[in-house]
Amino acid sequence: MAESVRDRVVRIVAEQALLEPSDIAMDQTLEDLSLDSMALVEAIFAIEEEFDISVPFNANEPDKSAFDISSVASIVAAVEALVAEQSS
Amino acid sequence: MRRVVITGAGTINPLGHSVASTFEAMREGRCGIGPLDIRDVERLSIKIGGQVKNYAPDDRFNRQQQALYDRFTQFTMIAAKEAIEQSGLEFAGALAAEAGVVLGTSGGGLTTQDENYRAVYEEGKNRVHPFIVPKLMNNAAASHVSMTWNLKGPSFTVATACASSNHAMGQAFWLVRNGAARAMITGGSESMLCFGGVKAWEGLRVMSRDACRPFSANRNGMVQGEGAGVFVFEDYEHAKARGADILCEVVGFSMTSDAADIVMPSQQGAARAMSGALRDAGINASDVAYINAHGTGTAANDKTECAAVANVFGTHADSVMISSTKSMHGHLIGGTGAVELLAVVMALKDGVIAPTIGYQEPDPECALDVVPNEARDADVTYALSNAFAFGGLNAVLALKKV
Repeated sequence: MAESVRDRVVRIVAEQALLEPSDIAMDQTLEDLSLDSMALVEAIFAIEEEFDISVPFNANEPDKSAFDISSVASIVAAVEALVAEQSS
Repeated sequence: MRRVVITGAGTINPLGHSVASTFEAMREGRCGIGPLDIRDVERLSIKIGGQVKNYAPDDRFNRQQQALYDRFTQFTMIAAKEAIEQSGLEFAGALAAEAGVVLGTSGGGLTTQDENYRAVYEEGKNRVHPFIVPKLMNNAAASHVSMTWNLKGPSFTVATACASSNHAMGQAFWLVRNGAARAMITGGSESMLCFGGVKAWEGLRVMSRDACRPFSANRNGMVQGEGAGVFVFEDYEHAKARGADILCEVVGFSMTSDAADIVMPSQQGAARAMSGALRDAGINASDVAYINAHGTGTAANDKTECAAVANVFGTHADSVMISSTKSMHGHLIGGTGAVELLAVVMALKDGVIAPTIGYQEPDPECALDVVPNEARDADVTYALSNAFAFGGLNAVLALKKV
């Protein structure tokens, strides 16, 4: 079975956080995972490459972005939405 | 120690092709940022920049010169010509041996690299022009200035990203102040507005898609510009003896390192650089009426810079004017400090403070007098010019009215 969007996002986040994917909980925030702004833009770049999508994110106004980075779950949901939207 | 004065200034930047036209644009709060006109712009997500407009290299340089001058060198030569002509200096004999050139740049001949990588990788060519190396090297501009005007003293190039020009001008200041040179040509140049240059910056996700609005609560990033600013720094006694027109005096310089993060600025590092420049100049914070801010328009820089100013200036922070001309010409990266020093010269010489344009909403984290949207008349005796680079390298100059 192909790896799910969720598993692929978790793998990318885990790599930035220097953790095993099994150590990542969906309700964790980037802060919980000690991911700083540079790790975040690297993770977004990895997500864009992995899914061949374009993620709308400006580091100057992370709160205004349509891409919700408040938790691992919200990132997974945002990626799922972008994959659905951009593959159609 | 010798006193150091500025006796010539030159520029080409998104606001104008001379100092006079740049001063006029700054006085009027004109914006030089617009749609990028470069090859493959449709593949970029950032499509605006502060480009030098109405510029045709053929009008200024012959074919042999163009074969050796990258765009950043062309800008440097145009600015240097204006500055040296204004100073009235002719470099021959002993003066030539005691004069040099220190310039800042970050990308150097990046456009030349971009064009030639495209030729070999994308177009599959196996042969490039024989002069690519001397055209793209970071010291090409400094060397051509030295060769063209017969400057035989200390010459080199400084690369400290966004602080390159300020670091360069600081070195020139110290060389003249301690007697190692009689006159120095200094400033900086940048030309990164090519496909590869902008694409690299896009990756950081700190660029604005619409405008550079430093200190405004709705700011959303930096906008890149291009161009050059060049000055003649001269021993005061030498300038006085020959009856030269003096634009202003350079009185202090300081550099510090954050030793912390490769991209995030540090309030402490910035504050130490400003206090260091005041100390080097032998003046108090309360003597300073104007600060030309680094003011990039990013969330991180502007609030850190304002906190650093509040820290150094205390209660006087409320009365000092601080503006970012990047709102008008964009961020010229390694050349930015040089073009921004023009705003300081205008403040000291003409008593006009260049505004921070595009200012729309106050930000409680940037609660200073940012001279919003309109230039202001003010009598300024001392001013600072800030530059805080990626990599945590800070350089601040202090200048005085003459």
